[in-house]
Parts: sequence; C-alpha cells; structure tokens
Amino acid sequence: MFTVLLFMFAGIASGYLFRKRKIRFINGLILTLIWALLFLLGVEVGMNDVVVRNFASLGLEAAVVAIAATLGSVVGAKLLWGSIKKNKE
Amino acid sequence: MKGSLIILSFFAMGLLLGIFRWIPDSWGNADISFYVLCALMFSVGFSIGQQPDTVKQFKRLPLRILFLPLTTIVGTLLGVVTIAFFFKHRVFDLLAVGSGFGYYSLSSVLITQCKGVELGTIALLANIIREILTLLFAPLMVRYFGNLSPIAAGGATTMDTTFPIIIRTAGKEFSIVSIYSGFVLDFCVPFLVTLFCSI
Repeated sequence: MFTVLLFMFAGIASGYLFRKRKIRFINGLILTLIWALLFLLGVEVGMNDVVVRNFASLGLEAAVVAIAATLGSVVGAKLLWGSIKKNKE
Repeated sequence: MKGSLIILSFFAMGLLLGIFRWIPDSWGNADISFYVLCALMFSVGFSIGQQPDTVKQFKRLPLRILFLPLTTIVGTLLGVVTIAFFFKHRVFDLLAVGSGFGYYSLSSVLITQCKGVELGTIALLANIIREILTLLFAPLMVRYFGNLSPIAAGGATTMDTTFPIIIRTAGKEFSIVSIYSGFVLDFCVPFLVTLFCSI
C-alpha cells in the first residue's frame, strides 16, 4: 500500500518540476482513471457472489456510517464556528 | 451531482458485467486495478504539485479557521466510533471507510486493495452517500450548525463537486476556506485510510 503513496509523492515532485507549464489534460486524465477504477471495482464486486448477495445490508451499513460521519463533522464545525465568533466579540 | 452519477454508472456497468460474467475473469483481478491506482495517485500528486500558489493563499486565512480540517477529521472519526459496535466490522475498518471524507473513488479503491471488495463496496457507497447528504442538506446545515458546517460535511469534495453548493449556502467569502479544507482533506485521505487499514 505504501507503493501507492510513493507514486503520489513522485507525482507531486514532477508536478512541481513542471509547474511553469500548465498541463491541462491532467484533470481529464484523473477523471478517466477514476472511471476505469470504478468500472473495475464494479467488475470485481459483481464477480464476488458473497458481496452481491449481501449488497442490501452493505448498503445499509454504508448509509449509517455516512450519516454518523457527516453528523460528527458538522458538530465539530459548529463548535469551531462558535469559538471563532466568540473570539471576534 | 452529475459527476457522481456518471461515476456510479461506471460502477453499475462493471457490476452488471461482473454478475453475468460477460467479461473475462482476469478483469476482476485486483492486479489490474492496482496499476491503474498507481497511475491515478501519480496524476493526483501531479495536479497538487502544479499549484504551489494555492498553498500560499492559505496563509491569509484567520488562524482558527485553519483548524477546520482537523475538527472535520476528529468529528468524523468520533461519529463513526459511536455507531461502530452495531456492525460486525472492526472499528478500525469502519474508521478507514469514514476516512474517505466523501472521496469515494480513491478511498474505495485503496480499501479494496488492502481489505477486500466487501469493505471496498461499503467505502464506495458510504462516501457517495456523504457527498449526496452534503449536496442535499447544505442549507439546513448552515441554519443549524453554522456556516462552516457544509464545508465540514463535504470533506474532501469541497474543492470540486460540493464547492458550488457551499458558496451558495455559506457565502462567497467561504470559497477559500472551502478550497483549503478540501485540499487538506484530499491530501489526508490516502494517509488515514492506509493507517486505519494497517492497524
């Protein structure tokens, strides 16, 4: 998994080296790679019978995690916002 | 919104082709997606490296707002911990899912690589749902949780997909905060996901 991070750092370094030349197609490339990966993830999921059979319960778990994560972060933002406003007064 | 629908349809297309085995078995092999993932990470890094000016702009923000990504991370992780014991997955696995901060493409692929398709699918769905929640409820969030809340909810997506709704609901003056927060969280996703996957 750390290979992946190495690739990111190599990317940052070369992006920085080429910062004078705006490489416009990079965002299109990122999007295309994301599409390819999600397509491949779909194939991998589809071929996994256990996951396919439990798709509904995985979806429910995902929804609960998403709601909890969002609520937690929003409460954090409220506390921070409160402290910023207090600081201004 | 349109972007996430396109991404979902790519996932759905692969899903159908996989379920009905209309595609050679080797396509479902995790090795191929690993190479594509490396290419993706390189490109993501490249686009970050290309914008050193963005990093300079962040220095002008009020000091306390700089903590927003941190409160988002802590809030997200605490939120996930509170519900973790309802499920059979380990707390750290679900924390890895939560650490996607809405960046579903990257987090789901990373998690699939180290924890398998099941958790990867949960990561994909959970992070898509987080983005949709932000798009739908941003106005309510501003009303009940203050102007920073849609930026926190949007997580790593606030510099692209949820950016328009954030400046519409929280106000234009929050656009730099939104980009700053999205940038920092984008950067944290691979580290936190890898961290929680390896615990």
